[in-house]
Amino acid sequence: MTVGLFFQHLVNGISLGSLYALIAIGYTMVYGIVRLINFAHGDIIMLAAYFVFFGVGMFSLPWWLAAVVSIALTVLVGIVIEKAAYKPLREAPRISVLISAIGVSFFLENMGLVVFGGRAKAFYVPPIFKGVINISGVSITSLGIIIPIISAILLIGMVYIVNHTVTGMAMRACSKDMDTAKLMGIDVDGIISFTFGIGSALAAVGGIMWALKYPQIHPLIGIMPGLKCFIAAVVGGIGNIPGAMLGGFLLGLGEILLVAFLPGLSGYRDAFAFIILIVILLFKPTGILGEKVAEKV
Amino acid sequence: MKNMAKKYRNAILTTVLIAAFFIFLSWTKTHLDAYVMRIFNLCAINTILALSLNLTNGFTGLFSLGTAGFMAIGAYTSALLTMPPGIKTMNFFMQPINPMLLNINVHFFFALLIAGILSALVGFLIGAPVLKLKGDYLAIATLGFGEIISVVFTNTQTITNGALGLKGIPQYTDQYWSWGVAIVIILGLKSLVNSSYGRAFKAIREDEIAAQAMGINLFSHKTLSFTVSAFIAGIGGALLANLNSTIDPTMFRFFFTYQILLMVVLGGMGSITGSVISACIITVLMELLRVVESPMDLGFISLPGISGMRMVVFAILLILVVLFLRHGIMGENEISWDMLLGKESGHRGNFGSQ
Repeated sequence: MTVGLFFQHLVNGISLGSLYALIAIGYTMVYGIVRLINFAHGDIIMLAAYFVFFGVGMFSLPWWLAAVVSIALTVLVGIVIEKAAYKPLREAPRISVLISAIGVSFFLENMGLVVFGGRAKAFYVPPIFKGVINISGVSITSLGIIIPIISAILLIGMVYIVNHTVTGMAMRACSKDMDTAKLMGIDVDGIISFTFGIGSALAAVGGIMWALKYPQIHPLIGIMPGLKCFIAAVVGGIGNIPGAMLGGFLLGLGEILLVAFLPGLSGYRDAFAFIILIVILLFKPTGILGEKVAEKV
Repeated sequence: MKNMAKKYRNAILTTVLIAAFFIFLSWTKTHLDAYVMRIFNLCAINTILALSLNLTNGFTGLFSLGTAGFMAIGAYTSALLTMPPGIKTMNFFMQPINPMLLNINVHFFFALLIAGILSALVGFLIGAPVLKLKGDYLAIATLGFGEIISVVFTNTQTITNGALGLKGIPQYTDQYWSWGVAIVIILGLKSLVNSSYGRAFKAIREDEIAAQAMGINLFSHKTLSFTVSAFIAGIGGALLANLNSTIDPTMFRFFFTYQILLMVVLGGMGSITGSVISACIITVLMELLRVVESPMDLGFISLPGISGMRMVVFAILLILVVLFLRHGIMGENEISWDMLLGKESGHRGNFGSQ
């Protein structure tokens, strides 16, 4: 393998990794506050892609406006899901909420199949994302540069919101102890809705970029990125934003490099994330950057 | 003394019931058409699978989502052990089958047993590392395991025929096999759950730390529960393969696990009779729901059939059950002879607690 080819794979890996990181942060934020694997997160990705598809195709919106509308709609969907399917179960055992989340995810996928149809549709890619830049033999699509940039901006924004704003402080308080936060006058329901909203917005941005990267959309496209990004969040240490970024990059790079160096195993690409997950959890059950939480008795 | 008498009475009543059920089975052979018969068999297989998931999720409190993976192992094992060499050669036209597997052919009983044992072995090997995890982490890891199995089976062309799947598996599963195995598993699980192991499982479910403090070895009990569950799921998968006569790796993905999860939740986590009842209800319901997918003619208006609607209804059902009927039909209670005959009930679950 030449140096050029290696860098090519590295660039592809970083591009995929930053996309994973973006989606993983949505998972991690929701988990950090309500301790719930939001199985529907992956399907939000799918919905966002379809909203853009219909915005451009049916309502002939310019693509950027379609993207904005799509993000707004998915935020709404995220909040509605929380209110309808998770909030009534807040006092229930966690297993029940998890089952409810599985139900919501399954509902969105099958509703998608019924409403959007099962056939894959071609996603419109605006010309500015199609350009190819050549740097000493390493060719990068402009999308390959834009994805990490947008991801980086959003990641920094998230870290800022969580660490340096009043809302962020309230989020951290809810994450530590919801009952005490409530006693301190924090609007816990509002914070949870806000978190779901932000998480959905990140998933929507991730979903639109995913659709630009792989411009074939169908109602089940969200499942694999959804699962892998959850794994990224867990590998990095769930509830921890830098951890989710680390996990995302690790998974994206690992996947690309696995296929690059061991092409014979490319069929196992989708299993790679799960193997990483199981290995990491065995050695560090709370993820790479996760804190060890002592169990209260 | 009174207890002894009761025990005898219950044993006799159970034997009579099973005998009556087998007479009913022989009646079904001549009186039900092939379609109804198939659903009847599916009820038994789903009962077996629901019991498998209930053992880990309901009785031991381990949220495992790997059932479909164990089923796949069982299904492929039994398929490869029962298919005649001629049909195997026809199936593997892309790449020839591994010569070691070509001529293996055993009786269906041994095929089922080996399917269960192989699945249990994998369950044991997976369980040893994975069961260190708790709650959501365990759920994701086991879900991942199921997906890995599906990916691996897609790629092992000379053993599983990859994405093409296997066709022409002999249809050995009839009502005697399916319900016979189901009854054996129900009785076996009942005695396991009421044994000291079963009590340890429930203690772990209620409070791991307290259970550990009482001297229960968490790890060995969890592994036992997980392995037995894998064994049962493997047998269920094998029965399904020999009922359907075709299998492929996409059959055994997480959707299948979700469907079984719905049965366990609806029946009541930690109730054997609940699982049996809800497995039958949901199997029949899934067939009845085919109505919403076929065109409807209401006389004045005719609605076009919407394919895929069945799954939407299924998903809504899952959410509604968990929102409004969280403890399921039975909670943790069982239908037992003591209960039916109005004497003090055998065991009462703690309704309402976590």
